[in-house]
Formats: sequence, C-alpha cells, structure tokens
Amino acid sequence: MSIKTENNKAWFLIIPVIILMGLNAFVPLMTVINYSFQETFGDNVFFWEGLKWYDQILHSDRFHSAFLRQVMFTSIILSIEIPLGIAVALALPRKGALVSLCLVLVALPLLIPWNVVGAMWNIFALPDLGLLGKMINGMGIDYNFTRDPLAAWFTTVLMDVWHWTSLVVLLSYAGLRSIPDAYYQAAKIDGATNWAIFRYIQLPKMKSVLIIAILLRFMDSFMIYTEPFVLTGGGPGNSTTFLSIDLVKIALGQFDLGPAAAMSLIYFMFILFVCWIFYTIMMKDEGK
Amino acid sequence: MAKLSFKNVKHSYLANPQNPSDYALQDVDFTWSDGGAYALLGPSGCGKTTLLNIISGLLKPSEGQILFDSTDVTAMSPDQRHIAQVFQFPVIYDTMTVYDNLAFPLKNRGVDEASIKQRVEKIAEMLDLSGSLHNRASGLTADGKQKISLGRGLVRTDVNAILFDEPLTVIDPHLKWLLRSKLKELHQQVKRTMIYVTHDQTEALTFADKVVVMHEGQIVQVGTPTELFEKPKHTFVGHFIGSPGMNIFPCKIFGNRVMFEDYALEVHGEISEKLVVGKAEVGVRPEFITFSNKGIPVNVVKVDDIGRLRIVEVRHKGQSFKMVLKEGEAIPDKDVHISFDVNHTHVYCNGWVIN
Repeated sequence: MSIKTENNKAWFLIIPVIILMGLNAFVPLMTVINYSFQETFGDNVFFWEGLKWYDQILHSDRFHSAFLRQVMFTSIILSIEIPLGIAVALALPRKGALVSLCLVLVALPLLIPWNVVGAMWNIFALPDLGLLGKMINGMGIDYNFTRDPLAAWFTTVLMDVWHWTSLVVLLSYAGLRSIPDAYYQAAKIDGATNWAIFRYIQLPKMKSVLIIAILLRFMDSFMIYTEPFVLTGGGPGNSTTFLSIDLVKIALGQFDLGPAAAMSLIYFMFILFVCWIFYTIMMKDEGK
Repeated sequence: MAKLSFKNVKHSYLANPQNPSDYALQDVDFTWSDGGAYALLGPSGCGKTTLLNIISGLLKPSEGQILFDSTDVTAMSPDQRHIAQVFQFPVIYDTMTVYDNLAFPLKNRGVDEASIKQRVEKIAEMLDLSGSLHNRASGLTADGKQKISLGRGLVRTDVNAILFDEPLTVIDPHLKWLLRSKLKELHQQVKRTMIYVTHDQTEALTFADKVVVMHEGQIVQVGTPTELFEKPKHTFVGHFIGSPGMNIFPCKIFGNRVMFEDYALEVHGEISEKLVVGKAEVGVRPEFITFSNKGIPVNVVKVDDIGRLRIVEVRHKGQSFKMVLKEGEAIPDKDVHISFDVNHTHVYCNGWVIN
C-alpha cells in the first residue's frame, strides 16, 4: 500500500475550505470577469463584447482623473502618516505605567467604524455649526468643505490622518520595542548623536514593520470609500471622487455592469501589482 | 590611559534601598591598574554587569566615586569617559559596511577622513577583517560581528579601558578559543586596560592576569589564577573556581588545634581560637587530598572517570569529600583513610579565610 493513496483522505478535510473560498472569492471574481467581457440589458441576456469595456475605461478621461485623484490622495496621506507615525512612536514612553495608557489612547481612532468617522468629521467640519469649521472661519479663513474643493481635500486628508496614523504609530512602536538596550548603550559609547541613533539603529530596525505599515496604508487608502462618501459624497463636483466612489457610481448609479466590471478588474490588478512590488522588496530583505 | 579607581561605590536599582540585600553592588573599593588584563568572574546576578556599566558610565552609582587617575568621572556620560564596551550580543550597524562600522566612533568625534582611513585599516588588519572591509556588516557571521564591536572600541586612540560583557556567549565553541587568544594577543599589542566579564572560569583564567571574583555584589578576592586556586580567601572562591570545587566542611577550634569530628587536622599557618567568631569551616581542594594509612577513615562512595583523572567521592559519617586521582593511582580496597596536604588546608570563619 503506498503512502499516496492514504493521503487522499486529507482532501475531504479541506472540502469546507474549498467551498468557502469558492463562494466568497472564486465565484464573485468569475462573475465580474464574465461581466467585463459582455453587455447585458437585463433578463439574463448577454452579448459578447470582447475587450471593448477595457478599451473604453483605459481611454476614458473620467477614469484617468479619478485614478489621478486616487494616486494623489494616497501619496499625500502616506507622506504625512508615515513620518508622523514614526515621530509619535519615538515620542511615546519606552517603559513605565504610562505605556499602556498611551497605547490605548493612540489606538482609539482605530476602533471607530468607518462610516461613524465620516459622519463625525462631517459634523465636526461643518462651517456653520461644526467645531472645526467654525474655528477655521473664526480665524478669518473662508472654509467650506461642501463648496470649496481645496477645503474638501483638506478635510478628507485630515480625517484620514486622524483615523489611520495610529496604525503606523503602533507598528513603529512595536519595531522600536524590539531593539535591544545594548544597541542604545553601544551608540552612547560610540558618541552617536540622536540623529545618528535614529538613522543607523532605529530606522533600519523598523524597516520591516514600516514596509508593512506602508503596504497596509497603501491598500486601505487606495480602496477608501466609506469615509469620503459620508463626508463629501465625492464632491464638490467630482473633486473628491476617488476610484471606489466612481466605481460605485458606474455600477449602481448608472447600472453599467460591463464597464464597471472592467474597471474593478483594472483597479484590482493595479493594487495587486503594487502589493507584489512591496512583497518582493520585503522577501528580498528576508533572504539576506 | 589611566588607572581606574572605585571609592566606596554602591549601587541599587531600587529608589530607596533599605538593607544590604537591596544593593546590587555593595561597597566596592578597588583600583584597576593601567594596562591590566582583568577578568570579572562570578555567577549570574552577582553584580558583574552592574559594575561594568558603572565603569562605562551607562549607570550612575547610588553612592561613591569613580576616578580616572585623579579626575572624578562619576557624573560623566559614556562618551566623555573614553571607554569602549563590547556587549554580550554583537552590536553592529546593519546598514553600514564593515569599514563604516569601524569608522563610526571616529566620525562621531569629528576625526578627519585621512586619519580615520589609516586607523580603520590598521585595526581591521589586527582583527583579520581587511578582506571584508567593504562588505555589508549584516552579512558577517556572529564572530565577525563581535570582532566589529571590538574593533569600534580599538579604533579610538583615546580609550582608557575596554570592557567586555560576556562577549563570547553567542560564538561557536571552536571560534571561542580563537577569539580568546586573539583578545589576549590584542591586549599585548595595545596595552590598554581590559576588563572581561564572564561566568566561565576557563575564560577568566585564560584571559586575565588578575581575576576579580564577585559574589553577592561584593568583590571577594582579586588574584592571579594560581592564587585563586591555591589560597581562596573565601569559601565562595574555593567552591566556584576549580572543578570539582573545594571541599568545605565544619570544624571546631580549641586553642590552636583544629578538630574535625574526633580527628585533629594540621592546617596551613597559625590558628587561634580567638580569631573565630561564628561558623568555622575547613577547606581543602580535591587535588590536595590523598589516600593514606592513617587519618580520617572513609568509605568510597563513587568513582567518576573523566579521562586522565578520576574523581573519587568518599564519605566519613555524614560528610562527603571529593578527591582527584591521577591516572594509575590506586584506590585501596579496605581500611581507607584520607589525609590533607598541610600547606593547602585552610580555615574559614563565616566564609572568610583566617589562617
């Protein structure tokens, strides 16, 4: 009796996983792929369209500008949240009773549901009765995020920084905590300045957690939907219409299933591609 | 370079130390002479690392003064003291090359490029690192990394002393031996004070000219390896150094006679009842016990063959003794008696030698 036949039993054990994966990943993905190559007018009647929707999306100004807004938004929040997160992590106490209190306070924004965050900031930033809105206007600056695109961007970015910097802080803090005391002692003896300690000890030791932080923040911010939807609804005009908001408009607003399917696949492939780059960088470093 | 003195240094990790047991370091008063090779030996938790960190300035002692020659450095930071320290685990700057790692302490002190280059190359050669100077330091093996840590100390010309905190813990056994001889060789080349912390007696005895034995936050004896072996000042030293350790057993003292059970013992030096206040004990190393026709009658309990030597455990009533027998020495079959070498039989009172 060979070992191979005995092992076949194991397949039964993974059937639940296969069913689950099939229902929540494979089937929906295939449906979207199916839609992206066809045209339907309802009644389950489909016409083959080939690459028409892909061609249309890739050449549409609307997609280009939403994509550009998305890239801009993600770059802005990454360039604020990552350095800010590191700075806050460095400022947190390393030991003592304050540590847990600080960590809980820092983690608080992460526990708030996304649509609540959007609603909170919507009210907070209202120019006539929100605390933030009234304060800015009180300083003599004309601020109205429902009318002015710049104000809308400012508010959206601020909201995301408030909501997600904590994640970067927690990850960086974990990275910092893993550095043995001997490194700091050796640096002191070598006469290193605080900047040198940061540059040559803390930053290199935080590298792997920072890559994870950037990866997570990239994915989440690139797919951001709920918070700006509740805050600005993509407006004023289309100024804060990011990719996912645009996608929902096409799919559920206009009910253009074909183009929406093609767009979500392009969207998905792009995120997958960037993640693959991050993954490659990370694994390259592990191998050393 | 300077001589290093400790004046009544005490240290406690507690904010309000009440009794002696609250102190990790209890009243150390000691001078390390310039250019010496010292080993600081003691079990884990005896205060070795505390003492070391106080020398380097990473810790400020609760009480007392530290002097370099006649300068009081107690309040100075590590880089002002010109001390180098090598830690248990190699500390290297991962992103730098070997060269940059070695140059780092000099760069921080604003030394010019040309002198840095010359100095780094010289030290790299001493440590056999010349070949890998331009490689990334993170790619080196543990012993290579530890050499870099050491090199960062050696590269500075202003260093008063180099401290080692169990530096060979993570090194493979066969490389340990090589690195240890390298250290010894370096000491002869650079003639700096080196203080080497370890709990391994072989390491201590091979590296150092002087071994400082610590026990419960105190220095119990300072001496050459031979002194520590032949005349331990404290029962702890007798017990901790040597394998197996010294035989320590209770005795009674009447006038100037030392009695174990009903047997009078001849001991090294003069002894007097007046010197004994408290618990009296006799210490004899297993190497200085021999079988004889008269003396203390014993039973042989156990014989361990450890190659060239045999360790024999014998017992008289409840007291057991360990003795070391050379190859070929016979163990008597019956009427077994043991006797002690007079010159190496010491009397201890409350742990401290009195004869």
